[in-house]
Amino acid sequence: MAIAKKAFVWGLFAAGGTLTAFVFPVLIALFLLVALGKVPEGLQFENIHAFATSWVGKTGLFIVISLSLWHAAHRLRVVFHDFGVRMDNLVANAVYLVALIGTVMTAFYLYKI
Amino acid sequence: MSTRQMELEVMRYDPEQDKAPYFQKYSVPCEDDWAILDAINYVKENIDTTLAYRWSCHMMVCGSCGMMVNGEPSLTCKTFIRDLPDRVRIEPLENFPIERDLVVVLDDVMEKLRMAKPFIIRKDDPPPEDREYTQSRANLYKFKQYTMCINCMCCYAACPQYALDKSFIGPAVLALAHRYNIDSRDQGKSERLNILADHDGVWECSFVGACSEVCPKSVDPAAAVQQMKIDGAKEWWKQKLGGGKS
Repeated sequence: MAIAKKAFVWGLFAAGGTLTAFVFPVLIALFLLVALGKVPEGLQFENIHAFATSWVGKTGLFIVISLSLWHAAHRLRVVFHDFGVRMDNLVANAVYLVALIGTVMTAFYLYKI
Repeated sequence: MSTRQMELEVMRYDPEQDKAPYFQKYSVPCEDDWAILDAINYVKENIDTTLAYRWSCHMMVCGSCGMMVNGEPSLTCKTFIRDLPDRVRIEPLENFPIERDLVVVLDDVMEKLRMAKPFIIRKDDPPPEDREYTQSRANLYKFKQYTMCINCMCCYAACPQYALDKSFIGPAVLALAHRYNIDSRDQGKSERLNILADHDGVWECSFVGACSEVCPKSVDPAAAVQQMKIDGAKEWWKQKLGGGKS
């Protein structure tokens, strides 16, 4: 017996969950501000673009987007299990593949900015 | 002291005779301060001696009188009739095979309990004769709540994951393993994690938390399982980076 590979994906899930618990309320607050027409200076296109061009910004965005994807993927896998879908290998491969593709695409597009 | 007439709907089942479980009704004159276990004892002593159920201490220590009371996994010696309506449905604990009436077969959990190695593991076993393994008060407080488990198995009856998949190790056993993992005197954490963080171990828990809600001893198995997941994830990296088992 050994520690299952689930430890690895659970680690990404937990990290993503912790991160999104902090990031999402902020995102919601910012979107509300924008919806009310009060766009903060830092959210102007030029500033966001400048942020995404810097390596610190790229790294930050990559961590937030990819970990959120892995969190969502694992959560979806558990939801399938809870609904009684008994094809865990298929579900796991599918959701993690999407997260992996999303991670690669995030890295690719951030690199191109 | 005043009495209240209560109607008990008790599940009866003798696998050797009955095709399926059925409910039998008993009308019981209950004293105000009775627990539901007293009402069941009344039935056994005065109405129907064939009723089978487990109990021993009547003081929340032995953990044998766990049953479903109105659909909720409960320790019947701790569930008082003053908190219940006039009609109460009593069933054996969910998620376990029925041995007879309200008695369930606990072999599965007993087998899993063995896997958890619920004892202090030392590398210097046998212990040195001239001293004890000391325990700090701060460390004791970390795991003390997990020592309160009386194996009543209410958490298994509440656990939706155990209901779906009987290979899941389950709340009480994992909480007990965690109790030893975080004991400063213990050195068997990675040994236990290799078993309990395997495929059917902690990862199967989806953190519904029902186990902690129904626990009559206020143990928090859900927290133990989540903490074990963190330990399991750390141990996985340690083994991968360290090039083998630590």
